Amino acid sequence: MKILAIDTATEACSVALQCDGEIRFRDTLEPRAHARVLLPMIEELMAEAGLSPAGLDAVAFGRGPGSFTGVRIATAAAQAVAYGVDIPALPVSSLALVAQQAVRKHGIEHAAVAMDARMGEVYWAAYSCLADGLMQLVGDERVLAPAAVTLPDTPNWTPVGSAWAVYPEALRHVRAGGVTQAAVTLPHAQDILPLAKLMLQRGEGVAAELALPVYLRNQVALTEAQRRTTD
Amino acid sequence: MLVLGIESSCDETGIAVYDTDAGLVAHTLFSQVDTHALYGGVVPEIASRDHIKRWIPLTRECLEQAQLKLEDLDAVAYTSGPGLAGALFTGAIAGRMLAWSLGIPALAVHHMEGHLLAPMLEAHSPSFPFICLLVSGGHTQLVRVDGLGQYKLLGDTLDDAAGEAFDKTAKLLGLGYPGGPKVANAALDGDPERFKFARPMTNRAGLEFSFSGLKTAAMTAWRQSEQSARDVADIAAGFQAAVVDTLAIKCLRALKQEHLTTLVASGGVAANAQLRNLLAKRVARIGGEVFYPRLEFCTDNGAMIALAGGLRLSGGQKPEQHFEVRPRWPVESLVPPQAS
Repeated sequence: MKILAIDTATEACSVALQCDGEIRFRDTLEPRAHARVLLPMIEELMAEAGLSPAGLDAVAFGRGPGSFTGVRIATAAAQAVAYGVDIPALPVSSLALVAQQAVRKHGIEHAAVAMDARMGEVYWAAYSCLADGLMQLVGDERVLAPAAVTLPDTPNWTPVGSAWAVYPEALRHVRAGGVTQAAVTLPHAQDILPLAKLMLQRGEGVAAELALPVYLRNQVALTEAQRRTTD
Repeated sequence: MLVLGIESSCDETGIAVYDTDAGLVAHTLFSQVDTHALYGGVVPEIASRDHIKRWIPLTRECLEQAQLKLEDLDAVAYTSGPGLAGALFTGAIAGRMLAWSLGIPALAVHHMEGHLLAPMLEAHSPSFPFICLLVSGGHTQLVRVDGLGQYKLLGDTLDDAAGEAFDKTAKLLGLGYPGGPKVANAALDGDPERFKFARPMTNRAGLEFSFSGLKTAAMTAWRQSEQSARDVADIAAGFQAAVVDTLAIKCLRALKQEHLTTLVASGGVAANAQLRNLLAKRVARIGGEVFYPRLEFCTDNGAMIALAGGLRLSGGQKPEQHFEVRPRWPVESLVPPQAS
């Protein structure tokens, strides 16, 4: 199975390539360089694996939530490859990637993912690891004020994601369960791969034009009518 | 050579296929104007969110019209600037990655070069050299065009673009968005002589524009009026006459200064009927000729991007080696294809 994975949803930019048993990846933390470095990184991975775009079985990407422009860079790239090569696209939650990274790095079973959403809010979701080693969403993904975040008392949740360091005070109430901090802050494309493989096996791939971002923050401006009501 | 063009620099998603031997093959467009009208102007984030939903369905539709398959394409040209950064990223990444996945060259196109060359999509098209008036919501420029990539900026606006002045005046008069067609429509019933607005920057030498004072004059007239339907129509007519006259005066001045007789008017405001009539009349008087793109290619579209990309590639331009989006990108920094 050959899957290309792309994530540009945060200040981190990464690509990963599953080529049968082998996994290769590239990443960078250079701000505002995602669009520029993305294709060179992909080309390096493909060249190392001796693969051409037509040899891919699927293209997976971090579909958000995250930086709006960042999420669209990965989405547009994945759409274009899926369309150009006529393969399925596999949209994966950026929050799930962070949870999956917690499994990979620390064997964490229950992750409370909080990513900085700016404007005093966090992108929030809870994930639990199933027997197959894959993280599964518990409840919903949300964007909300850190103070409004809630989490069941059990199981023992591990806080992961960039927002815990940004809002330590406002998130203190959910850390009370005696959980530990893990060094998992930003998503990485290599964690797309295990989730994407399962999606592909289950036939959950979508056509290129249906592979779309999930922003969670859906009201980005007020219409003139709404502004009049607010005034 | 069959070139796919992708335009997403503002609030229109445009796709086209241009054949460097046979001309425009097909084009599709989605304008978000109705969406942004609800907000009183373009909301960049909303524009970007729309582009990413539309570009593939529009490309499929365009190829279907052209009776072509993706595999038939020889190159992809996409707008890489200037424009709204988020909007540009969507179409530019899409175009670059589509070319990569098809194993064909990709070319970054300057949006304003697309507008400059748009009249060449028509059967009766201008030959170099000519003066181009680029006039839209974001630009008011006079450019001397000596050939592909040979552009000399002769004049620019010091403040608002002409289209922006139309938008702001339309808002003031309660006419809504987009201002150009709304003001033009309201002006149909108006008396352009009742409010005689000054023609900014025409009483001194040079080819610069300034429209913010005119917008303020319209506002003053509006505040001092009874704000009746008649006042709306008369101010709209007076304002439109002043903008159009100012643009025409500077176009003629540019032709004279450069000893040329061919004028091209392109960009959204070039769709204004009054402007077209006045330019035609005055340029005819000096024995010259005015060329416009057809109305649908005055505003943003994929056809002009496919055309510019096609002309550059067939002119020998090498496909780009690195990817860049350029929200600010001066048109006079462009060079001919062989030199790029």
